[in-house]
Amino acid sequence: MSSKNIDDLIALSEELRWKIGDDFHDNLSESIYSDASKIVEDAVSKGDKKSNFRLDAKIDKVVTSRIWGFPIMLFILGFVLWLTIIGANYPSSWLASLLLDNIHPILKNLGTSIGFPWWLNGFLFDGVYLAVAWVVAVMLPPMAIFFPLFTLLEDFGYLPRVAFNMDNLFKKAGAHGKQALTMSMGFGCNAAGVVATRIIDSPRERLIAIITNNFSLCNGRWPTQILLATIFIGAVVPASYSSLASLSAVVGIAVLGIFFMFFFSWALSKTVLKGEVSTFNLELPPYRPPVFWKTIYTSLIDRTLIVLWRAVVFAAPAGAVIWLISNIFIGDQNIASWAINSLDGFGFLLGLNGVILLAYIVAIPANEIVIPTILMLTVMVTGSSGGVGNGVMFELDSVSATAGILTSGGWTLLTAVNVMLFSLLHNPCSTTIYTIYKETNSVKWTVVASVLPVIAGFIVTFLVAQVWRIFL
Amino acid sequence: MENKTKSACDTCAHFNAEGLKKLGVKTDNYDFVVALAGNPNTGKSTVFNALTGLRQHTGNWPGKTVTRAEGGFEYNEQKYKLVDLPGTYSLLSTSEDEEVARNFILFGKPTVTVIVVDASRLERNLNLVLQILEITNNAVLCLNLIDEAERNTIKIDTRILAKDLGIPVIPTSARFLKGIPELIQTISDLANGKIQCKPRRIKNIPKNIEQSVQELSEKIEKEYPAISNSRWIAFRLLEGDPHIIEALKSGKLASNEF
Repeated sequence: MSSKNIDDLIALSEELRWKIGDDFHDNLSESIYSDASKIVEDAVSKGDKKSNFRLDAKIDKVVTSRIWGFPIMLFILGFVLWLTIIGANYPSSWLASLLLDNIHPILKNLGTSIGFPWWLNGFLFDGVYLAVAWVVAVMLPPMAIFFPLFTLLEDFGYLPRVAFNMDNLFKKAGAHGKQALTMSMGFGCNAAGVVATRIIDSPRERLIAIITNNFSLCNGRWPTQILLATIFIGAVVPASYSSLASLSAVVGIAVLGIFFMFFFSWALSKTVLKGEVSTFNLELPPYRPPVFWKTIYTSLIDRTLIVLWRAVVFAAPAGAVIWLISNIFIGDQNIASWAINSLDGFGFLLGLNGVILLAYIVAIPANEIVIPTILMLTVMVTGSSGGVGNGVMFELDSVSATAGILTSGGWTLLTAVNVMLFSLLHNPCSTTIYTIYKETNSVKWTVVASVLPVIAGFIVTFLVAQVWRIFL
Repeated sequence: MENKTKSACDTCAHFNAEGLKKLGVKTDNYDFVVALAGNPNTGKSTVFNALTGLRQHTGNWPGKTVTRAEGGFEYNEQKYKLVDLPGTYSLLSTSEDEEVARNFILFGKPTVTVIVVDASRLERNLNLVLQILEITNNAVLCLNLIDEAERNTIKIDTRILAKDLGIPVIPTSARFLKGIPELIQTISDLANGKIQCKPRRIKNIPKNIEQSVQELSEKIEKEYPAISNSRWIAFRLLEGDPHIIEALKSGKLASNEF
């Protein structure tokens, strides 16, 4: 076929398009709908019993009501977190004692006995192995509880109701209502949340959803929040209230993240990403009792193990880097101390310290290893006896021992609060950054999405530190 | 792996459950490509899992599958590659998920398209079904969630529906693997040409549009005699779909025998 004929064809189609006018799309859709209703008329008959729909409607009336919608959401989030915090304790300490207290010395001795040089032994078993073991011990139990619970809620059909509840807020922020769904995905993993933004049609609103997804506290950061809240926030109230207080603190941080997400969505849509809010139909699917065991199984395989594997893959090289910067010396200082000293001044302004900032730099590949990195570096700086040696990552058996290390590193309640804030407000992990780049295909927006939260974190922690120091 | 599903078909002579092998993600050297299309929240991914033995996570919220997922199964020594398309309400707009679905059905040349619909919400789902039937000749309607529909006392006459749509209709409840053997048998029959479809074309289109579509599609058929979905291409040209214009220019449409 000649290209002239094709051009003619296209020209003809353009001519006809003018002739038909704007209504083509609507008219075609209308024809399809009337055709569909005719077919249904012939083939479908309905009984008069509508019990199931009515029950769905009744549940929806409560969970999407103006008064109860938000309290129920908070309650469910709180309950899931509570189960996670309480339930993860036991398997976590069991895994820690197995992997860190028992297997680690065996591996080290093995290395020595087959004649590894000290540096290889340290690099492999104190660096790589400990980082991996820590991630497994600390992350696996909460994930194995949090993800299946989240998945059960998802399968039950609760997520679209969350989107429905929040739709109005998103509209006011100039963003797409479906962002509520991608935000919820972000609570599991920001990279997954960023991929999920593909359900948003308009490029403008999709960019907003991508850039602000990092404000959803992700799985890698939940354990940090939980640990710090348990140590510092739980300690300022009477013991009987401590788990309630730490739980509230974690929920508070998550809600604060949602607030920032709205704030930046609003700010972006009023400035660089101006535009109309597009409307959409959100179908509230019927509630379906989840197929319980199957859901547990798939969420373990699909989410828990995949996320864990990713964490392990990133933790291993990070552990190696930590070990290296603590054991390579420039002059009489190792690289880590040198970096910590240069970051200390800036850290003080933010109510943090050099150790924390360095830990966040080292932990860019995986948020999960921030706390062990902080502990390890603190031990190195203060020379306290809890540690095993330079650049050795470890998890202390008890929460109180961890608290001891941190306090000896100069931590106060302010430091803990600001680390919790900074853990919420800092750059996304490298996987998420890469995903953002793949999804937006733009260096500019990737940089914006990566830098914006850090700047927010600097500003917020700075303000909190100044106000705190003036008034407390 | 085995398929333990029990159904009326077990007694049926030409049904051979032994011949089914779920291949998971091993999709090389396939004989046929099967596309899985449908509205969001109709259980497409559940059907996908039931056919492939994969355990891709399924969530009860619209838009869960944003990319194409692929898997495979083997039935009576023929290998099928199954592509799970993103759930969409329509194929007429510009959003990314609809584009993925639309372009795959048009350019990906699936041998069979399985259209999964929610039996309780058939009317709304038919919107997409009628559009897909404009694109492809070889399709089967998977009337999923039939158990929910029955519980809501919705009765569907599958024979009338099949006759009206011109494609086979299989009621299923994929979550409980009900109807899956029948679906597999139908896919196999369609792929091997044992069943011929006569898909319904959209009726009741306003006169002026119908005329334009006719004029265009006649021209298209004159240029590409092998094309069977000239009407759909005419729809898309009238819509100004850049992919279609591009495909016409590059000769991609010409090389396809639909």
